[in-house]
Amino acid sequence: MRSPLIELEEVHKVYGRGEAAVWALKGISMRIEEGEFVAIMGASGSGKSTCLNILGCLDVPTSGRYSFKGMEVNRLTSDQRALLRRNYIGFVFQSFHLLDRTTALENVELPLIYKGLGPKKRKEMALEALELVGLRGREQHRPNELSGGEQQRVAIARAIVTRPLLLLADEPTGNLDSETSRSIMELFRALNREHGMTVVLVTHEEDIASYARRRIYLRDGLMVREECS
Amino acid sequence: MLLGDLLNMASRAIWRKPLRSILTSLGVVIGVASVSTMLTVGSSATLKVKQDISKLGSNLLTVVPGQFRFGGVRIEAKPFKPRDVEAIAAQVSGIKEIAPASRRGVKAVFGNKNWQTTCTGSTSSFLSVRNWELEIGRSFTETEEKGGAAVCIIGSTVKERLFGQGDPIGAVLRVDKAPYKVIGVLKEKGLTFGPDSDDFILVPLKAFQRRISGSSDIGMVYVSVQEGYSSEAVREDIRRLLRERRKLAPGEPDDFEIRDLKELAETLSSTTKTLTAFLGAIAAISLVVGGIGIMNIMLVSVTERTREIGLRLAVGARQKEILLQFLIEAVLLSLFGGLMGLVLSLGASYFLCKAMSLPFVLKPWVLALGFGFSVAVGVLFGFIPAHRASKLNPIEALRHE
Repeated sequence: MRSPLIELEEVHKVYGRGEAAVWALKGISMRIEEGEFVAIMGASGSGKSTCLNILGCLDVPTSGRYSFKGMEVNRLTSDQRALLRRNYIGFVFQSFHLLDRTTALENVELPLIYKGLGPKKRKEMALEALELVGLRGREQHRPNELSGGEQQRVAIARAIVTRPLLLLADEPTGNLDSETSRSIMELFRALNREHGMTVVLVTHEEDIASYARRRIYLRDGLMVREECS
Repeated sequence: MLLGDLLNMASRAIWRKPLRSILTSLGVVIGVASVSTMLTVGSSATLKVKQDISKLGSNLLTVVPGQFRFGGVRIEAKPFKPRDVEAIAAQVSGIKEIAPASRRGVKAVFGNKNWQTTCTGSTSSFLSVRNWELEIGRSFTETEEKGGAAVCIIGSTVKERLFGQGDPIGAVLRVDKAPYKVIGVLKEKGLTFGPDSDDFILVPLKAFQRRISGSSDIGMVYVSVQEGYSSEAVREDIRRLLRERRKLAPGEPDDFEIRDLKELAETLSSTTKTLTAFLGAIAAISLVVGGIGIMNIMLVSVTERTREIGLRLAVGARQKEILLQFLIEAVLLSLFGGLMGLVLSLGASYFLCKAMSLPFVLKPWVLALGFGFSVAVGVLFGFIPAHRASKLNPIEALRHE
């Protein structure tokens, strides 16, 4: 049997020590197969962002096991985790995190610089990614010349430019109005359906989560419910 | 990740805040400029000292009666006699020329002008021993020397003071009331240290002894060493001979002194070298201050760009790549400052050398040192901020406001 892309087993995460210790995750287990579109739902403080950070190898569980693509993430050094993120994972954030005074094209090229690609190849791939998110012709614009929705599209282009196995999004529509949110979610759906990208997003909004095929509900660091559509 | 990309990132970050970058590198500009100016002017001064000393004559030994203190009173040892000079000339090998001389402060008068100067009585070999050249006129003839004729050769300062722009050759000036005919004028030497050697009147030794000092005593003996002989050996021979002639018992200290110009040259140039190093070291303090300025701004920049660092970590930058990015930024800032500083110091040291009438010599090692210093300052003071940036936690960095 082929191992799943993501496998969490009894994952705990504690911040701080002793009296001040906060249990963000209290034993989460889940499997996500390649090609899935999963939404992790929950109120603030439910541990959903912590869960996403662990999935994205930005953080490691305090206890429990996380295997990504068959690799034990717990055992990796921070540099090895950086290489995992570089090669297999793309991030989309609520606040876009674009570099200002830097064109859309250059923002999208950034991950490719760390992959060690030459300028010509970078530009070619970045333009392709921008085309995919529907921003053809806007590549020379800087973030402050773009609308919120367009900025998030640039950020998505940046996340997918390395053709990652896993696309992670943390409240990607949190700063956008409902109409723009819908078009962004359509984009995620298209990336999942047409390009076979595994998408995991974190949100607290039901209608955003409804785009996903599977929804995982967290409360107080525990998984309470799961539904598929 | 390629070095070109790192350089590009760093230089773009610098260009993004031009004013801040210029102000930050200003500390290094001043530091490198002062260090390299000090070193350039210092090595020019050393060169000037060497040139001046070679003007005084090469391979020159000066024999003078010693001075010593006896119960707080300064006592001058007994002077030399003409026979001592004859003995040295006859018995010591390796001597090219020998010039006995005596000196005294005199008042020179011409027309209604008078000038306080020194008068030296010596032979015509005095000029060649000391490498002094005549501007116009001639030196003493043998007859003039033997007969102690009332003729004189004057230095350029004396000429200017007494004759101004006029032609002094053939004029008769009075030295301590006795008349002397001017037969030659010396070339200006323009030395920057020691007494003004252009303020000078030379008369035949016999004339000096008879008409000015009234004794046959000889104040000093100049000896030039022949090519191929070591000045140390000649010096030692003269010492032995003089000890014998002055009847010094073994163990008694010399009551005369033999100065070697080569030694003086070495002492002087090592003094200027020490001084140069000292001034350079003081200037280096400003370089440290410049480095602290860079460290300060880089720390501010790392804090300001925490979110950017978080994002870079999220897209897969390793710690060393973040470290290198900020380190290169610090080095570029410092290097930019260093190059500006070198340009500034070229101008500054050129004008300083002109103002102090020193020869302007640009040493390549000074440029290399300025370049090396600025890279070193960047690495040294850029490391802590860069290290801090590389150790940021990506999650906290992304959340940073």
